[in-house]
Amino acid sequence: MFIHLVMRRGLVVALLACLLGSARTASAQFELAGSWTPVPTEDVQNDSFPVDYLSLPLTDEGRTRALSYDESQKSMIERQCIHWGAAYTLIGPFGLNIAAEVEPVRGRVVSYTFAAWEDRMSTTIWMDGRPHPSPDDLHTQAGFTTGRWEGNTLLARTTHMKAAWIRKTGVPLSDEAEINWRFYRHGAVLTVLMEVTDPSYLAEPYMISKSFQVSPNPVATQTPCVSTFEGREPGDSVPHFAPDKNPFADEFVKMYNLPREAVLGYPETLYPEYRKRIKDGYQPPPPCKTNCGAALPPAPR
Amino acid sequence: MRRATGHRRQATALAALVASVLFMPAATRAQRQGGPPPAARDSAPIDLTGYWVAVITEDWRYRMVTPPKGEFRRVPVTAAALPIINGWDPAADDRAGNQCKSYGAGAIMRVPGRLHVTWEDAGTMRMDVDAGTQTRRFRFTPSAAPAGPPTWQGNSSARWERAPGAAPGGSLHVVTTNVRAGYLRKNGVPYSAQATVTEDFDVATLTGGSQVLLVTTTVDDPVYLARPFIVSSQFRKEPDGSKWDPTPCSSTW
Repeated sequence: MFIHLVMRRGLVVALLACLLGSARTASAQFELAGSWTPVPTEDVQNDSFPVDYLSLPLTDEGRTRALSYDESQKSMIERQCIHWGAAYTLIGPFGLNIAAEVEPVRGRVVSYTFAAWEDRMSTTIWMDGRPHPSPDDLHTQAGFTTGRWEGNTLLARTTHMKAAWIRKTGVPLSDEAEINWRFYRHGAVLTVLMEVTDPSYLAEPYMISKSFQVSPNPVATQTPCVSTFEGREPGDSVPHFAPDKNPFADEFVKMYNLPREAVLGYPETLYPEYRKRIKDGYQPPPPCKTNCGAALPPAPR
Repeated sequence: MRRATGHRRQATALAALVASVLFMPAATRAQRQGGPPPAARDSAPIDLTGYWVAVITEDWRYRMVTPPKGEFRRVPVTAAALPIINGWDPAADDRAGNQCKSYGAGAIMRVPGRLHVTWEDAGTMRMDVDAGTQTRRFRFTPSAAPAGPPTWQGNSSARWERAPGAAPGGSLHVVTTNVRAGYLRKNGVPYSAQATVTEDFDVATLTGGSQVLLVTTTVDDPVYLARPFIVSSQFRKEPDGSKWDPTPCSSTW
């Protein structure tokens, strides 16, 4: 009887200690809320040329749909304000304005919300353990995102996105796409890793990362998109190209002597083996004459 | 009765002690036990060892092929860098034995290739890179770094950044100095021998259990950079070294 009592009490204490341990785990995190400016040193947008699918592991179907896209679609009133999916949070050129919603009694973070941009909806990461809706539930441009802390990393997953784009030049993403997010903070730098999967248009997970720096000032946020008449009447046909007759298919290829299969997003072009394969056939482009970069004055140190 | 209460207290205290020790980080536990802190290898909060392949999903045009001479878009260079950028002469680099200028610590994580990470000893992590056949050593004991002339990979001091409390995980923080002047990009965008390279290595488990190594690199150079040059690079873990293919440095490719 006594032994049982002692063991039971000991067990309770040990259990409490375990719970304390896991409570520490749950609260182990960094400050994510605030304003973050993008570090513009990496080319993650790739939207200067109508056909530039470099770095994308596209399926044949994804490539075909992308080649059929005509940018004139944006002049249609009903398409001007089509919002981007959640991936645009990282692919877009803007900073992050992140707000935390805190439960007032226990002080726990219920959610983080990334403020919207003109053509991107706000994204909320639910941190309260709620499940994802059923697969048939409502799909929105921003999708449905849940998150949790694992050590000093915020893990998040987005589902339920409407079909959208993964590149501004009309590269599609289906409504079955999902996004895995990882947020790492090292000092004043936040690095976000994004992995996008799409059974329709991506041959393998597409993974990019982007860094942001803490901003003392609020970064610009929502500017509502307002449709205006740009020459196309409602009901006009949707501008498009036959995929094999896209007049811009070789523009980027010729500008930089790039391999066509790389510009068209063939998956093998993402790996070092491909580089070795094209080594002997590659002709360097002529020296850069315009838009080569701009020197900056030294920053005070 | 009093004796029984005493036993109970002892058992309770013992259980609490066992639990607290169980949830205490290894380094803290060792110090409380009076021993030296465990070696970096033995207290690693994440496992970086193995083979990793670069996945080139960013800056493809600057990494997979040699960009045009004179282009330095997105690199925050100072005016002092312009003569070097515009005067880039790979043949001259070849003649001077400087073929590895674009494989130095400031750029090596951006070079398409594979990494092989091992422990050279309990306090030194070794990273071999097949592109350019380079070797980096991350020393967790600063005094172990050899003094000497600058090298392509410089001297790297390392430390684990642990998650707060007893939470699992963490990252590797590496600071590299004493580097030879090199190129951030193959086409001669320079960093000087005064540059400091700061790197944070994180590991993520993603779809299908695939392991991804994320390296956030900050190059700080008082000579050729107006502000820190920050990039992040991804590597996917490979099951073995069957695709390991060391190649020599090249000034042009």
